[in-house]
Parts: sequence; structure tokens; C-alpha cells
Amino acid sequence: MNFGVMTAAYIGASALFIMALGGLSHQESARRGNIYGILGMGLAMAVTIIGAVTDNYGLLLLGLVPGGVIGYILAKRVEMTSMPELVAILHSLVGLAAVFVGFANALGHGESASVVAQRIHDVETSLGIFIGAVTFTGSLIAYLKLSGKVSGNPLQLPGRHMINLAIVLVSLYLIVQFAAVGAADGMVYLYIITILALVFGAHLVVAIGGADMPVVVSMLNSYSGWAAAAMGFMLGNDLLIVVGALVGSSGAILSYIMCRAMNRKFLNVILGGIGTKKKKSSPAAGAAVEEQGEIVEIQSEEAAHMLESAKEVMIIPGYGMAVAQAQHTVFEITKKLREKGVNVRFGIHPVAGRMPGHMNVLLAEAKVPYDIVYEMDEINDDFPKVDVSVVIGANDIVNPAANEVEDSPIAGMPVLEPWKGKHTIVLKRGMSRGYAGVENPLFFKDNTRMLFGDAKQTVDALLKHLSAD
Amino acid sequence: MKIGIPKEIEDGELRVAMTPAVAERVKQLGFDLVIESGAGEAASYSDEAYIAAGVEVTSDTKSLWHNSDILIKVRPPIEHPELGFYGIELLGKDQTLISTLYPAQNSVKLNQLAERGTNAVALDAVPRISRAQKMDVLSSMANIAGYRAVVEAAQHFGRFFTGQITAAGKVPPAKVLVIGAGVAGLAAIGAAKSMGAIVRAFDTRPEVKEQVESMDAEFLVLDFKDEDGSGEGGYAKVMSPEFIAAEMALFAEQAKDVDIIITTALIPGKPAPELITEEMVRSMKPGSVIVDLAAETGGNCKLTQANEIVQKHGVTLIGYTNLPSRMAAQSSQLFATNIYHLLTELCPNKDGQIDLNMEDEVIRGATVVKQGNITWPPPAPRLSAAPKSDVSEPLPEAKTAKKEEKKPSAFGFLIPVFIVGALLMGVGSVAPAEFMGHLTVFVLSCFVGYMVVWGVSHSLHTPLMSVTNAISSIIVVGALTQISNDSPIVAILAALAIFITSINIVGGFAVTHRMLKMFRK
Repeated sequence: MNFGVMTAAYIGASALFIMALGGLSHQESARRGNIYGILGMGLAMAVTIIGAVTDNYGLLLLGLVPGGVIGYILAKRVEMTSMPELVAILHSLVGLAAVFVGFANALGHGESASVVAQRIHDVETSLGIFIGAVTFTGSLIAYLKLSGKVSGNPLQLPGRHMINLAIVLVSLYLIVQFAAVGAADGMVYLYIITILALVFGAHLVVAIGGADMPVVVSMLNSYSGWAAAAMGFMLGNDLLIVVGALVGSSGAILSYIMCRAMNRKFLNVILGGIGTKKKKSSPAAGAAVEEQGEIVEIQSEEAAHMLESAKEVMIIPGYGMAVAQAQHTVFEITKKLREKGVNVRFGIHPVAGRMPGHMNVLLAEAKVPYDIVYEMDEINDDFPKVDVSVVIGANDIVNPAANEVEDSPIAGMPVLEPWKGKHTIVLKRGMSRGYAGVENPLFFKDNTRMLFGDAKQTVDALLKHLSAD
Repeated sequence: MKIGIPKEIEDGELRVAMTPAVAERVKQLGFDLVIESGAGEAASYSDEAYIAAGVEVTSDTKSLWHNSDILIKVRPPIEHPELGFYGIELLGKDQTLISTLYPAQNSVKLNQLAERGTNAVALDAVPRISRAQKMDVLSSMANIAGYRAVVEAAQHFGRFFTGQITAAGKVPPAKVLVIGAGVAGLAAIGAAKSMGAIVRAFDTRPEVKEQVESMDAEFLVLDFKDEDGSGEGGYAKVMSPEFIAAEMALFAEQAKDVDIIITTALIPGKPAPELITEEMVRSMKPGSVIVDLAAETGGNCKLTQANEIVQKHGVTLIGYTNLPSRMAAQSSQLFATNIYHLLTELCPNKDGQIDLNMEDEVIRGATVVKQGNITWPPPAPRLSAAPKSDVSEPLPEAKTAKKEEKKPSAFGFLIPVFIVGALLMGVGSVAPAEFMGHLTVFVLSCFVGYMVVWGVSHSLHTPLMSVTNAISSIIVVGALTQISNDSPIVAILAALAIFITSINIVGGFAVTHRMLKMFRK
């Protein structure tokens, strides 16, 4: 196949990928978008296999077929609550693949036309490997944290900023050295760069706590894109560059949205900043809040009655709902209430859960129709009209201190405002604080009722009482 | 500990201090309960219902008094009319009486309790602070009284509350004046409003204006220099003579206009102030109704007679003193729930033992006799309910100030653009043309990605991540171009890369597909 045809096919594939992302802007077109993506990938692979593969077909099939089968099984088996873990582990694979391709390229190097071109090529190679390796270990650690295989608490080594800075500077120096001597003699530099990058990725993510994972996951999403783009530069392949840039900017935008939803700077999240900020201000903030009074507890039966007699109900799910796998029962409750003429809606905070859009997927899995699921900005002004808000396993995202207490660690973070409605029922295991370590004054408001217990059992009890009559 | 609930013996008292539903919850705190047979009868709670809730039922009243560790009553103990004993005399050391006691008026009873070494918790002495609201029986009873006052008024008022235009002619809405916008007053406003009447309200405390208006009633304002009637603990205080004169003029004027007056003006420990004079009653339209919720302490109108309905000058005056008892089932339920909340305070460990912890502001306030010592009145409360709103006051300013700080300079964003531009030109001056071509594609793609991804709906962020994940495995193309390399190491590395990227491609697209299938209307 000649070069022109391949290029034309790559252009088609790039367009299909752009349309795939564009399709996701609406629920209606989203599935079509996914199909565009599959078509684009199929086209790109088919053209490459026909046009560029001349030998080692056995090896090709050995990689392609088992990989596809494993991927398919993973996708079928995964629980929707474990989506963040799956996404993280898939990111790590992209990173690893980038490392392999980078090394393969460096080892099977060809001669370039000029010295400058050779150096640029070497920088591209080492940069691609560096980003790939960071993505690999970073995602791996994120996966371990999300799946609970290691503690979600931030592990912050003393002087960790210095360590990070040192690694980056040393790597830069080595990249320059590598480019200077060339791939033929400089492989040892490349190995050191890889090891440093692996350490860097792990160290970076280990210092970030569980609830900041939405940012981390989207950041790694972005990195996997940049790794692909770097590979594209290395191989001189525009398709890789286009796709890498698309994915990279997509991940960057997601990280930005997540950071904005927490009113924190990207660097502050990535460098694990909340831990240091908290210590200074929380005694003062805590003291101001503790004066607020007393919590009022209710039982599930009374809560069920409150829900039944309401006209407008808002359900605010958080990570606690995902942990307790309560989403199906929540939908049963929703159905029961809607049958009784109660207008039930869902309010979703952008950082609820462990991944952007996590709550939406869980609710969709439980068959909650997406047109009653609203995001924070759409719904926050409606709270004064809401009779009962139900907060399930969420804390910081409904904390009025973000608006009211100026020196609070979460001050300025946009939050859902259920306290502006008539009543709020908070389903919670105990009085523990949220991720940010801030006392939540919502629990002490006059119109808030606390319903203690495991989220799953509590919603089961609610459903039982609602079905009883 | 064992909780005893005797039957209320005062004339016309239909309430009971504990309901079966609440008893079940009290048992979870570790208490045993015993109730006098027939205690809940008048409030529609049968003995069987109590037994079903795990409450022991006894007909031996005296031993109930004598043997219970805690006695819970609605009304202060009095001489038993039939059995001829006086409850307090049966009490002894280590027993606790929880009841309304009105310690200011009942010093004799306090002394008797102190002599016998009994502890006493007066429900009406619970401090009126926000954290104690859930155990404040005065509030929950006042709420019922306010509602019932409207019901009683409607009963004796010969017309509709709501205005109607019917085939038989037009009916104007009734006009209701509520004097005193405390808990009872607000409940009355709400009830009268929901029946369709025009409601006006007056109170000496200006801070209740907002609450009145929030219930869609009109708040009457005096033409008078500022004088704040707010007293301690959310009650009103006695006003100056000039103020009262202006107030009376307002009432006189209103009396001619309104159909129903509901008065709720009480000053704790003092006789009720006279607000409606005989002159005003005479000026009212025939058929009008006055409900005087202060009848027990002399009435806001001198013509009312406690516990009676009287007709004076064509106006019906209702002087029922125990309106909550007329809704015994409802009031017993709220009363019992208040008691439950009090018990959770008294028994923080849920072990069925109560502890009169005098360090706790609420318990300190409510405990009037402890171990033979009268502990009433308590030291002044630390905080009244009213100034709560101050806390959030200064914040809007702080917020706007912050916003101003954040405003970025209009040219700030140009600086990085210049830097990047200069860098690109630097690279461009040395790099080969081929590289610059790729760079062009890269930068443009970043912009395309930026534009496209901003349009993605928030609810689809997870599918977006999984699909971009699959797409980023386009690296497979790189591996495919290398797999045919002569060097076995390169070929194997490429095969490995193909293997993991195919996991990613198939996995990413399949899981996206699965997720998107779940989203439905």
C-alpha cells in the first residue's frame, strides 16, 4: 500500500476520533460516538497492518488476540462501582505500551538525515518514555489506592517536593545527555531515565489522598494522551500526534473541571497540598462550628414519612453510596416515590465519587433515567423549593462551611446547598469528618435530621417503610 | 432503670406522657417501662398497644409511684381525687420526677420534693436555646394550642374563613388578628391562613416580623418610637406605658375590623396583660369570636372565663385553658417524643441509667430539685435563641471582596502566549521542516480537543475517560510498524506493546459501550 493511501486513511481515522469525542456531548449521540471511535481504531489498525507489517505475523496475532480477549472479559466483568479502578489500570497499560514502543524504537534505530533531526528524535523518544513510565506507575498506584489494596491516605515523605524536583532536573539532564550521545551509545541513560520516571510517578500519586482521585485519574488520562503524542513525534506519525493531543487535552480539561469544583489549584492537588493547609486553620474553623448546637437523629420510619409527604425530593449521592452499593435500592425508593407523585431528582457534585462522572454511571447502572439526574450548577438554585433533600454518603460536597467559614480548608469550594430547602436528611455511618477533615455545620442545622447507619441497610429500611403502605 | 407513667388525674386532662411508638424507642435506651392501666385511653392509646410495645401495664397506682425509678407525667402531681393519696408523698430518695412543674408558681411542691430527697426535672424549665428545642414541651404544646385555637374559633364562627364567589352570592374572607407571634401565634397564623382567612399579627418583638411575613400574614406595626420587647429566653417583656397606649389604640382600631381575635400574650410568671378591653369587645361585629390562650393566667381579655365559652356583647369568648388536651393523641405523641429526646440527653450511654449532669446547660436548667436541694432558678442562660442570625451576617462582604481579588488582568493571559510563541520560533529556527509540520498538527489538535471536550456533558465524563483511554491506545500503530523489525528484541517489545494496547482498546471500547447502554430516559 502506498504512503498516500495510508495517510488518507489516517486522516479519516483522526476525523472519526474527533467525532467520537464530539458524540459524547449529548446522551442521545453518545453511543454513536463510541462506534465512531471503534471504526476509527479499526481503520487505523487495518491500514497499518496491511501497509506496514511485512513479517512476524505470528507474533502479531499472539499479542493481538489474547489482549483483545482479556480486555473484553475485563470490560464485561467490571462492577460499575469499580470503574475508577478499571480506568486507572487501563491508563497504566497505555503508559507501559508507550515505554515498550519507545524502547523498541530506540533499539531498532535508523539513521536520520541530519544531526539536529537525530537529536530531536532522541529527545522525543526519551520524553515519550519518561511520560509513559510516569503514567504507568502513577496509574498503578492510583489503581491500588482506588481498589483499597493500599491505604487511600496520602503518604507524604519529608521533603517530597525536593525529591520530585530533583528527579525532574536529573531526568532533564539525562535527556540532554542521551540526545548528545545518541541512541546507539546512550542506552544506559535511557534506562536510568526510565527508572527515575517510574519512581517519580509512584511517588507523585502516593502523596495524594483518596478523595482527590478524580483529579489524579483525569490527570493520568491526560498523561496517557501526551505519551501517545510523544510517540507520534518519535515515529513521525501524525495520527498518533492528533489522537495524543485530543486525549491529552481532554484529560487536562477534566482535571481543570475537577479542580474548579474543589476550588483548588491543580498543583495544590497534585502536590498533596490539603494536608499542610488543614493543620493551620482547622482548630479555628472547628471551634467556630462546634458552637452550632446539636444534631437531631431520626429513625427510618419517620424519614420515610417525610419523603412520602414531600412534593420535591432531591437526592444527593456521594462516594458512601458507591461503597455501600446502595444505588439500586435508591432507585427503588425513587420509583416508589415517583409513583406517589413525588418529584424526585438527583443532584450531582462534579467531584462526588472517585472519578469524573462516577455518580452518573452508578445511577445509570441502577436504571435511574438520566433526565432526572442534574449537575450542581443546574440544580443549586432550586433548593429553596425542595421539601426534603436526602444526602447519601456525602460530606464535603454539601458542607456550608465552604460558603460561610472563611478560613475553612474548603472555603470557596462550590457545594450543593440542601440547607436552603425545607428539610435535609443525612444518611451517614457516624459523625466522622469528610475527606477535608472539616466539621460539617449542615448536620447541626435546625432543619437537618441525621439517619445513622450503613447506607445500604438504611436505604433498605427506608424502602421497606415506603412499601409498607 | 424503671420508668413509671401514671394516668393523668387532673380534670379534663386527656394526654398521656408516653405513647406506645415512642416507648419502643425509649426501651432501646435501656429503660424498662410500666404504665398505669387506662393511662392512654383518653388519647386513643389502648393498654394492648402498650403491651405490644413491651410496656408493662399495672393497675396498682400506688406501687407504680413508689417503685418506679423515674416518674414521667404531663401535669404536676396533685392529690388523687379517687384513691386519696398525694403522689409526691409516695416518692423517696433516688427517684426522679419528670413533669411540667411550673417552679415559679409551685414553690410548695418543690419544697415537698426537696424534703423527700427526690430529684425533679421540670419540663417547662428546659432552657429555650436552639439545641434544646427538640425537648421543649412548651413549644410543641404551644404549636398544638395555636392550631386548635383556630379550629375552636372556626367552630364558633358562623361564616367561612375563605372568601368565595358562589351562585348564591359573594362571601368575603374572614379577618383574623393574632396577638403574640410566639410558637402558638405562628401556628395559629399558619392554620388560619391555610383555611383561607386574611391574617394579621402583632407582636412587641420586632424580630418576629420576618417570621410572620414568611407565613404570608400581615405584620401590624405601631406608630411609635423604637422599643424592643424582646426579653430573656425568647419571651416578651413588660412594655412602657406609652408603648402600651399606642398598642391599645391599634387593637381598638383593629377590633372594629376583624372577625376573630386570637390572643397568645403571656409573660412568664406574671398575670397575662389585658390587651382587649370590654370597650373593644363591644365594638366588634356581632358573631365575632375571641380565643384567649392566656385564659389560665387571667386572660388577655378580662371578659374571658377560664375553661368556659361565654357570649358577651354578641361576641363569643373562648377561654379553654388546655387546648393541647383537646387533641390528646397528637399532643401525647409530641410530648412523648420530647421526653424521648430528654431521656437521650439524660442517658448519654444508652445504658438505662440517667445522670443529672449539672454541667450540661440544658439539664442544669431543667433540674429544679436535686438530692434534696432546690436548684431553681438556674443561672442565666448563656445564649438566647434570637441573635443566631448575626453569625452569617458579615460574610457577603467578605465574599465580594474575594471576588474582586480574583479578577484577572485582561492582559495577564497574553504573557504565556508570548512565551510559548517565542519558544516555538526558537525551535522553528533550528528544527527541520518535517518536525515543524508535526508540531503544527499537534498544536492544532490540542485546540480541537479543547473545543470538543468542553462540549461533553458532565454526566458523560466517565464514558469520556474510558473512550479516550481506548483511543490513546493508538500507540498500537507505533508497535505495528515495529513488529516486522529484524531484531528479535524489537519485535518482542512491539508484540508486548500490541498485547497490552489490545487489552486497552477492546476493554476501553467495550466498557464504554456497556456504560452508555445503561444511560436511558
